[in-house]
Amino acid sequence: MPTEELNQFDIDRTRGDFRYDVQYQYDAGTGLTHQTIDYIVDAKGEPDWIRDWRHKALDVFLSKPMPTHWASKDLENIVFDNIRYYLAGGQKPSRSWEDVPEDMKRTFERLGIPEQERKFLAGVEAQFDSEAVYSNIKKAVGEQGVIFVGSTDGLKNHPEIFRKWFGKVIPTGDNKFSALNSAVFSGGSFIYVPPGVKVKHPLQAYFRINAENFGQFERTLIIADEGSEVMYMEGCTAPKFETATLHSAVVELVALKGAKIQYVTVQNWSPNVFNLVTKRAIAHEEAEVKWIDCNIGSRLTMKYPGVVLKGRKARGEVISIALANDGQHQDTGAKMIHAADETTSNIVSKSISIGKGRATYRGLVHVPKHLKGCKNNTECDALLINSTARTDTYPAITVRGTGNACQHEASVSQISAEQIFYMQQRGLTEAQAMSLSVNGFVNDLVRQFPMEYSVELKRLIDLEMEGSVG
Amino acid sequence: MSSLKIQDLHVRIGEKEIIRGLTLEIPKGEVHAIMGPNGSGKSTLSKAIGGHPDYTITSGDVLLDGVSILGMEPDERARQGLFLAFQYPMEIPGVSNANFLRAALNSRQSEGEEIEAVDFYEHLYEEMDKLEMRREFTSRAVNEGFSGGEKKRNEILQMAMLKPKYAILDETDSGLDIDALKIVSAGVNAQRGPNIGCLVITHYQRLLDYIVPDVVHVMVDGRIVRNGPKELALELEEKGYDFIKDALAEPVSA
Ligand SMILES: Nc1ncnc2c1ncn2[C@@H]1O[C@H](COP(=O)(O)OP(=O)(O)O)[C@@H](O)[C@H]1O
Ligand SMILES: [Mg+2]
Repeated sequence: MPTEELNQFDIDRTRGDFRYDVQYQYDAGTGLTHQTIDYIVDAKGEPDWIRDWRHKALDVFLSKPMPTHWASKDLENIVFDNIRYYLAGGQKPSRSWEDVPEDMKRTFERLGIPEQERKFLAGVEAQFDSEAVYSNIKKAVGEQGVIFVGSTDGLKNHPEIFRKWFGKVIPTGDNKFSALNSAVFSGGSFIYVPPGVKVKHPLQAYFRINAENFGQFERTLIIADEGSEVMYMEGCTAPKFETATLHSAVVELVALKGAKIQYVTVQNWSPNVFNLVTKRAIAHEEAEVKWIDCNIGSRLTMKYPGVVLKGRKARGEVISIALANDGQHQDTGAKMIHAADETTSNIVSKSISIGKGRATYRGLVHVPKHLKGCKNNTECDALLINSTARTDTYPAITVRGTGNACQHEASVSQISAEQIFYMQQRGLTEAQAMSLSVNGFVNDLVRQFPMEYSVELKRLIDLEMEGSVG
Repeated sequence: MSSLKIQDLHVRIGEKEIIRGLTLEIPKGEVHAIMGPNGSGKSTLSKAIGGHPDYTITSGDVLLDGVSILGMEPDERARQGLFLAFQYPMEIPGVSNANFLRAALNSRQSEGEEIEAVDFYEHLYEEMDKLEMRREFTSRAVNEGFSGGEKKRNEILQMAMLKPKYAILDETDSGLDIDALKIVSAGVNAQRGPNIGCLVITHYQRLLDYIVPDVVHVMVDGRIVRNGPKELALELEEKGYDFIKDALAEPVSA
């Protein structure tokens, strides 16, 4: 896509348009070869087993074709040679809150981001490139025996747990981008929750893309041991660049017998980002995994969180909201692989397409013939804000056997001019009426987000809608 | 002059002229009724005054307290004190009645100010009690799954909360049984007073037994053809609209 066109739909964006120059201690340069891998491993001081792993992953990545036979051709516009695969050790420039541009401060304020986090997001307080940053919570949960560290720390210092599960939920060769991530990953979290431990506070990590052409490749692995419970939240804001930025994360979750994991994502990418993420969980007997996912922004997002229901009575859920504004394509969905009796899954997906925005739902529900007592419920609703917006649904449901039940509902709706007139007649501006209608559309899902996220989400939707009318 | 004044208004939908030179003035403190057969343009009139984008005003003017509102967006007209109780109120999925009303009230606050939640609910419950609406209606999505009568009650509730200067009530009686009609009428009557002017649109005289108008206008084919005291409604009920239409054949001065 030509730069000019990108800028056109960037004009109204008041957030995220901000970055600062950082001197990096480590910079793998642009392009990706086996030397890049060695550079990363040496820079990070990683053990040999991971060096081999990364090299093999690179071969897989190079050998795999782009999935353009089913996915968007826009993927071909990613120039892998122009991407920097590893940057670290940046020196925080001395910067104060006063140096942060006014419009960015206003955006933070309007999004209702707490004071402390504003400084953090504005880059005043800490450096967040490439390596995840952990709050004080890390210390608090440490006392319960919970491990909450970066992926590098995890593989170096907790190999006995890390190696057992790493790459087992999502093998390197799962898809081209999981292979890419396996080759060059850095950052992301490693979490282990011991048996029976219920982590009270959600564990949280912020990520921020911070250098031009810099692809971010976090790798997160969460293991909830038997009977434990944990909630993880990730949120992103990204600054705006002229050239496309690639974000390709891999997230693996393992819920052992009776464990519960909730993984909450609110992403708000700038409109030039390719966001290609692989997320999957394994749920053992009576375990529950719930993905709560909200995608706003980006040029192209491809993300289909999945749950492999491996043990009897395991339960998987995907709640997803996608908002595709002008020029954006949200290609999202869910995968539920039933692999044991009496497993249940629930998918609720709501998408909003504005202007030339496009939302695609891809679902996969698989229940093999020999299983009994499995249930799936799939619901996907699309809302179109004007006639040029587009939505497609590709549900693939294979439910075999007689003792299994599957329910699928899909709807496409529009906000009618009569509804907007009605709301305007009560005093709301057209933009407010649109926002409120869109918030109403996703309301039942937003309620499932943690409180602070649901407030932020509502405001994000307000901001998105503002530029879309008038 | 404190009034809602409609001057020689012409309104088109597409190529078709529906309102064809209509003049009417509702002074503050008065209740006027418009009666007219189906299809005469009553709803068109109210939506055109409200600023519906599908309705083109080709000539004439609408003045709210002496100021033309035709250049204003629908929401600006509303904030100037104009209220329409719709013949067919819209459903707003997922948006609770309480949130909708709060948003509407907040839109009338000055920049950055919001109404106080406690006061809001106190006021809301008070008005709901008058209309015999159950508390659960606050958390239900606006008009979604409401019966016809419940929707109409909800319109009057919104009117009570928003306290307009001028209200146009479009067939608020349709779909109401006699008990609901009494409650809704009482709700409207409670709002009558020197600070509001109302235009009550109805097809039937029945409503006017409960909301007694100061003046009755009869509308046929996009024009006001008769003006008179409240007794005119009774005459119309007795003789039917045909009597007006017949009279129209003869030259008449409105
Ligand atoms: N959206 C519309 N498009 C085309 N014609 C319309 C539309 N709305 C109303 N009309 C026509 O305008 C005329 C007046 O309708 P309306 O104002 O609803 O009458 P009333 O409310 O008095 O019954 C009718 O002939 C009706 O068919
Ligand atoms: Mg009508």
